[in-house]
Amino acid sequence: MEFPVSGSVRVRSSRWLPVHAAVVFGFLYLPIVTLIVYSFNGEGVGGFPPHDLTLNWYRILFADDAIWTAVFNSLLVAFAAMTISLAFGIPAALALDRANFPGKALFRRLVLLPLILPGIITGLSLLMLFREADVRLSLLTIILGHGTALISVATTEVFAGLQKFDRAQEEASLDLGANYWQTFWRVTLPNLRLSIIGAALLIFTLSMDEIAVSFFLIGRDNTLPLEIWGRLRRGITPEINAISAIIFVFSLIAIVVWYRLRVRAEGKAEVGAELVESAEPA
Amino acid sequence: MFSRAYRAAVTVPPLVWVAVFLLVPYALLFCYSFWSVSPAQLIVHSWTFDNYKELMQKDVYLATLFRSAWIAARVMVFSLLLGYPLAYYLSFYAGKRKDLLYQLVIIPLWVSYLVRAYAWKTILGSDGVLNTSLQYLHMTRHPLEFLLYSPFAVVLTLTHIYTPFTLLPIYASLEHIPRNLVEASHDLGASPLQTFWRVIFPLSIPGVLAGATFAFVLSLGDFLAPMLLGGPSGIMISNIVVTLFGAAYNWPLGAAISFCMLGLVLGLLFLSENLEKKWSFR
Amino acid sequence: MASTASEPVSPGTALSANPLLVIRNLAKSFGKNAVLRDISLEIAEGEFLTVLGESGSGKTTLLRIIAGFESADSGEIVMEGQRLDMLPPYKRQVNTVFQHYALFPHLTVAENVGYGLRVAKVPAAEVTSRVENALSMVKMVAFARSKPAKISGGQQQRVALARALVNRPRLLLLDEPLSALDANLRRQMQVELKSLQREVGISFVFVTHDQEEAMVMSDRIALLRMGELEQIASPREIYSRPTTAYTAQFIGHTNLLRAEVNNGMAHCGPLAWAASLPDGPGLFSLRPESIRPAPVIGEASAVRFSGQIRGQAFHGATELLQIECAGGLVLSVRAASRANWEGEVVFEFDPAEAIPVRESPARN
Repeated sequence: MEFPVSGSVRVRSSRWLPVHAAVVFGFLYLPIVTLIVYSFNGEGVGGFPPHDLTLNWYRILFADDAIWTAVFNSLLVAFAAMTISLAFGIPAALALDRANFPGKALFRRLVLLPLILPGIITGLSLLMLFREADVRLSLLTIILGHGTALISVATTEVFAGLQKFDRAQEEASLDLGANYWQTFWRVTLPNLRLSIIGAALLIFTLSMDEIAVSFFLIGRDNTLPLEIWGRLRRGITPEINAISAIIFVFSLIAIVVWYRLRVRAEGKAEVGAELVESAEPA
Repeated sequence: MFSRAYRAAVTVPPLVWVAVFLLVPYALLFCYSFWSVSPAQLIVHSWTFDNYKELMQKDVYLATLFRSAWIAARVMVFSLLLGYPLAYYLSFYAGKRKDLLYQLVIIPLWVSYLVRAYAWKTILGSDGVLNTSLQYLHMTRHPLEFLLYSPFAVVLTLTHIYTPFTLLPIYASLEHIPRNLVEASHDLGASPLQTFWRVIFPLSIPGVLAGATFAFVLSLGDFLAPMLLGGPSGIMISNIVVTLFGAAYNWPLGAAISFCMLGLVLGLLFLSENLEKKWSFR
Repeated sequence: MASTASEPVSPGTALSANPLLVIRNLAKSFGKNAVLRDISLEIAEGEFLTVLGESGSGKTTLLRIIAGFESADSGEIVMEGQRLDMLPPYKRQVNTVFQHYALFPHLTVAENVGYGLRVAKVPAAEVTSRVENALSMVKMVAFARSKPAKISGGQQQRVALARALVNRPRLLLLDEPLSALDANLRRQMQVELKSLQREVGISFVFVTHDQEEAMVMSDRIALLRMGELEQIASPREIYSRPTTAYTAQFIGHTNLLRAEVNNGMAHCGPLAWAASLPDGPGLFSLRPESIRPAPVIGEASAVRFSGQIRGQAFHGATELLQIECAGGLVLSVRAASRANWEGEVVFEFDPAEAIPVRESPARN
């Protein structure tokens, strides 16, 4: 039985709730806005008020080879991680939805664990694996790390999509003579399309930004966050503001697109909450 | 409905991956914690309890753990104080703007940790935006030193990062409250405030528990914010681990700390989950 | 009867005694959708009023406006001299039984029932005794410590009832409370609700789309159609003297006869009967049970007709026949069940049973 859940009850408005909401939004966004504003500041990160608007830092940024190499590395890692996460995450979601096997509960928790565990544990444990297996640290190890950590995202997103999916469609397909594989390709996968695209987008973004796990698995080649991190340890240069602003804008676009896709896929309002909910399996 | 071959096909690959890249690494973490490091900086596979003994005997580890837990607790409380009213506002009062506001909340959630931590670093520094603007407004004469390189900075930054994380499960649980319960409460004579305390809040407790657990656990294991902003007084337990895997080169000891952290986190998750079940009324 | 066949009773007839609730010219739109248009009616003390209508008729909206969950665009509601519509729901002496019960899942049955009392800061001892009384009234004392998730739908409904009644409201609103129950339980609850209302003596406003339910339970029925009050009268009155074609068809079965009135005689196909209406087209409602098999020598005033049986629907004690007369007119006739209707049959009806009704205008 479905109850009317969202929206229809309006109570006499509280005064301070909207104020509090505005304050929290301010708190969440002010630092980023400041950072963006100061990326145009002639004097760099100090001084108030900002003056001397300039694109100088952006120009320096674009001429910085190391940054571009790092960007390229990050893109490479992100695409590869995305592939791995989806390749294993989609079957995992299907398995959780449809199959019963010994150790299923343990499996579910293991898959979802990296979402809630501090990155250091995931990173270190993988580091030890690579050491024992005598694998040299490189972009490959980072790819494997991201892929592993982000399978949970793929699984959760696809699982949420599966919940909305009408099982009867698959039954109809089987009834009409298609076998399991054909049904999977012709019926299941197309229905999951939006969830998969959304998951891919999210995984890509998270991989581009990932630093905690990468920290321990890095070899000679830097990803973008690690390149920035390295510079930060050595001292602040204002071009970091510029690159941060750019990262923010790209992430913002990616997230909004992801959100729209998910809402279209499921029409749910609390998109994204399943990631947080699933990390606390009930 | 699904054949055994189908179920095997979707179950086995993720199971294998998870076993190799999650189970084995955790097992290795466990094993390493019982090994030791030779003077020649080699890992010796001899089994001993020495690492754990050291953890319990040397004060510094326990002290740092408590300081980390205290920081994490503050982050948890502030995230809840910021996040709950906003989630409540979004769920019950936002009306037409709900969709837009929700997107505004999840954007910071997924945008680079590094960007946000860096933003605070630039703001809180003695030449940073906050200090220079306070001086510009003649509210202070000298830069406030405690703003950066202190536990204060770590708590502030981590609160900023984890508030959206905390908000999401609270929002989800609020959204799940059937609105006719709110109407019924009003119908029976309870004002909006009474309705909140008697009906809405109790039903949102699982979300609060989930959000609080996230904020606490992820803050506890964080090492990036302390490295950027913590200074010597803001060192947290994960920083010690990082050093042990880096300059101090004592992997087994680091593994022991990590394994303890893993155990602590799993224990907290287990506790939280059970509490949530107790407070879930579906 | 106060009315004659030529002057149907107008909807919204005022009651003689002091009404408990007066609704005047209530109107409500959602966006461009006019859900209630100019509703006026009165509710008497201690009466069981059913607001009946199809989905989209506005009946639930009307209830919610009385409860205070929606506010009307115009019009007013007055309860015992006070403007009810100016008060928020938690200040009204009105309680609601919700369609899906809306029991608080985190409270026990007893805590649910006592909720309104505790909010009003009634002393604990009194809360306990009143809750117990309410629970025994709905026969749910044994479940006092259970949580709502553990009891059945029918039981939840009783708890919802007790929770509302324990507050001694002036008016109880029930929003299709029986629609989620299966047929047998429904019938049982109809009887129980009715006797409960008699026992407690409060006015009940009961919303439903089920006309049989309305007939069984109500002192009066208010039939809503597309946001307007079609007719308000007692079940017998509304059944035997419908004022509009819609009412005649919505409540029970009927034959709607389009006739041409000429010189005091209505003509419809092969039928003709005396009708004191002005010349011109006329619409008449003729209930199937008013038509009976004609004896060989019938009454002079009765209208006889013959026809062929085209359809026969068995209903147990009676059956519903479709009889085609000369000229193609088909009438529904309710007769005692008989397995062997053969050939031409002759039926008759009393002209007084052909009730003139107004056309119900199409509304968008």
